[in-house]
Amino acid sequence: MAPELVANLQLLLNGMATGAIYALVALGLVITYKATEVLNFAHGDVLMASAFVAWALIVEMALPFWLAALLTASFAAVLAWQIDARVMRRIVGQPQFAGVMLTIAVAFMLRGLVSMVFGPESRSYPTPWTQQSTQIGTLVISDLSLVILAAALILTVMIYVFLTRTALGVSIQAASQNQLAAYLSGIRVKQVTSLVWALAGAISGICGLLLAPIALVDISLWIVVLKALAALVLGGFGSIPGAILGGLLLGVIEQFAGVYLPDGSKDVTAYVVLIATLVLWPRGLLGEAHGRRV
Amino acid sequence: MRFDYDTSYRDGKRLLRYPSQKLAYALLALVLLAAPWVLPKYYVGELTYLFILSIASLGLMVLSGYTGQVSLGHSAFLAVGAYAHAWFLSQGLPFGASILLAMAASALVGLALGLPAIRVSGLYLAMVTLAFAILIEHVLGRWKSVTGGFNGLPVADPVLLGMDLSGLKSFYFLCLACLVIVLVLLVNLMRGKTGRAFVGVRDSEAAAASLGIWVAGHKVLAFVISAAVTGFAGALMAHHVRHLTPEGFSLLLSLELVLMVTIGGLGSLRGAVLGAFLIGMVPALISQIKPMLGDRIAKQFGLEIFIFGLILAVFVLFEPKGLNGRWLKIKAFFETFPLYRKDVFRRGKTYMKSERYR
Repeated sequence: MAPELVANLQLLLNGMATGAIYALVALGLVITYKATEVLNFAHGDVLMASAFVAWALIVEMALPFWLAALLTASFAAVLAWQIDARVMRRIVGQPQFAGVMLTIAVAFMLRGLVSMVFGPESRSYPTPWTQQSTQIGTLVISDLSLVILAAALILTVMIYVFLTRTALGVSIQAASQNQLAAYLSGIRVKQVTSLVWALAGAISGICGLLLAPIALVDISLWIVVLKALAALVLGGFGSIPGAILGGLLLGVIEQFAGVYLPDGSKDVTAYVVLIATLVLWPRGLLGEAHGRRV
Repeated sequence: MRFDYDTSYRDGKRLLRYPSQKLAYALLALVLLAAPWVLPKYYVGELTYLFILSIASLGLMVLSGYTGQVSLGHSAFLAVGAYAHAWFLSQGLPFGASILLAMAASALVGLALGLPAIRVSGLYLAMVTLAFAILIEHVLGRWKSVTGGFNGLPVADPVLLGMDLSGLKSFYFLCLACLVIVLVLLVNLMRGKTGRAFVGVRDSEAAAASLGIWVAGHKVLAFVISAAVTGFAGALMAHHVRHLTPEGFSLLLSLELVLMVTIGGLGSLRGAVLGAFLIGMVPALISQIKPMLGDRIAKQFGLEIFIFGLILAVFVLFEPKGLNGRWLKIKAFFETFPLYRKDVFRRGKTYMKSERYR
């Protein structure tokens, strides 16, 4: 193979590895958005908090990785469930802006609490896949990235099947389309909503667990939620396959921008993509049509 | 209870209608004029900063509170105003011309963002403005020839008509005067035709359009006015901080501005000022109470952001109309004294209506 082709393929692979993280975060965002119409700005902070919890479990308490992973995911699920049941539920029916503000408030409080409990230093912890890589032909990919990629795809398929093939999943969809009608046909809307939050929380917990070995356990880990927003918009807001596709694509775009565009443009690519997509092509790749009924 | 009894057409248009209002505002003016001589130096500086924040928050209020366009990226306009002002001053322009040009620059950026932004609304607009603010922050860090990059840009002292206004007291009065001017202009704009059109666009675009209001035009106009006012605040802030760095205009500043208008109460200029004062005072208050908290908590730098979040959550949950709404309730309680009932301002029960299929 020509060296340029190999280099580009390697870039593609690296981009997809980064993109898988964006996709996973976007997946958590999109299921809460679909079910409750709330764009959860606290999602990144749940992720950040789980990364710190995972660090405490693995390094401080020396638990085995898989047990720690299970505990971290449950921690994030319970945290997200509590956020919905104790806080978000009180503002159901108020304008969307109230939801945005309240999730920002929750995000601030989580960020403050985490930095008060753990302190501002960044840290890291080992995983079974740290420092290992797999060779595919002439291409190299780290095992952790492969795990993230696999986790993203498996979780997406699982959630897709759950939402379309099970009774609970269908009732989640019903509650997301019309709460009152869903309530009248016997769906326990409050519990269904909290369940979705818990699900999204568990996903972000897994995300935090897998992301932290790459990017260090740090307060600024929440920033990934902004990248995930760009991925969400690119893939089409409110579409689950779109979130995955947008995430992977965004990761690839970022990698190529880092190499082929001027220095420093890699940091802003995601935001340029976000603005450009929303202004020029608001539907995104797989988005629903934005009809407006007067 | 108060019953309006107008004896001339002009009565309905007065800004201050009742003797009690005149008295209250006269007292406020007196307090603010006397403050620099009475208060310790530290607090005069803090008050000046609060005035600047109030102007910025007023700018955002025009856009978010009156026109219903949520912007999570107003620190971008503060930054543009501040950097443009500092750059124009360094090119030798006089203070007045420089500040007007800085406002114009900020308004142009507002136009550049507002024109494409009419295509998106609600959540999408919030995301676009958020991304825009991050973009501007990166541009400021990279465009070294103008902004000085991360080394920062020093700001010349403000000199107006041969007077050096960089002193503590003179800068205090400069900012106070600017706040009053902006406030009076905006009060009149908002109760005039343009302001009513803004509110119409906010409450229902379809209804506004059918009344002959040019919806897209007013959205862009709101963006431009908001950007200009916020840019003005940015120019004053440049003098307050004296040395501009991109980190000074981070995402957190944007979110603080949104906090101010939300906590103040969307759709009221009084709320914008009250919110700016409350949020602006939080860091100072925290540093005041820290000695009482003991070392364990006081040393934590997360305390401030936690308290911001707590205040915001409490307001969104329990007082969505903000400080202004609380003020109106207290006023109504005293004006209707024995007759006030809690249910006057009660919120109805609602179900989520999807905004996706609208």
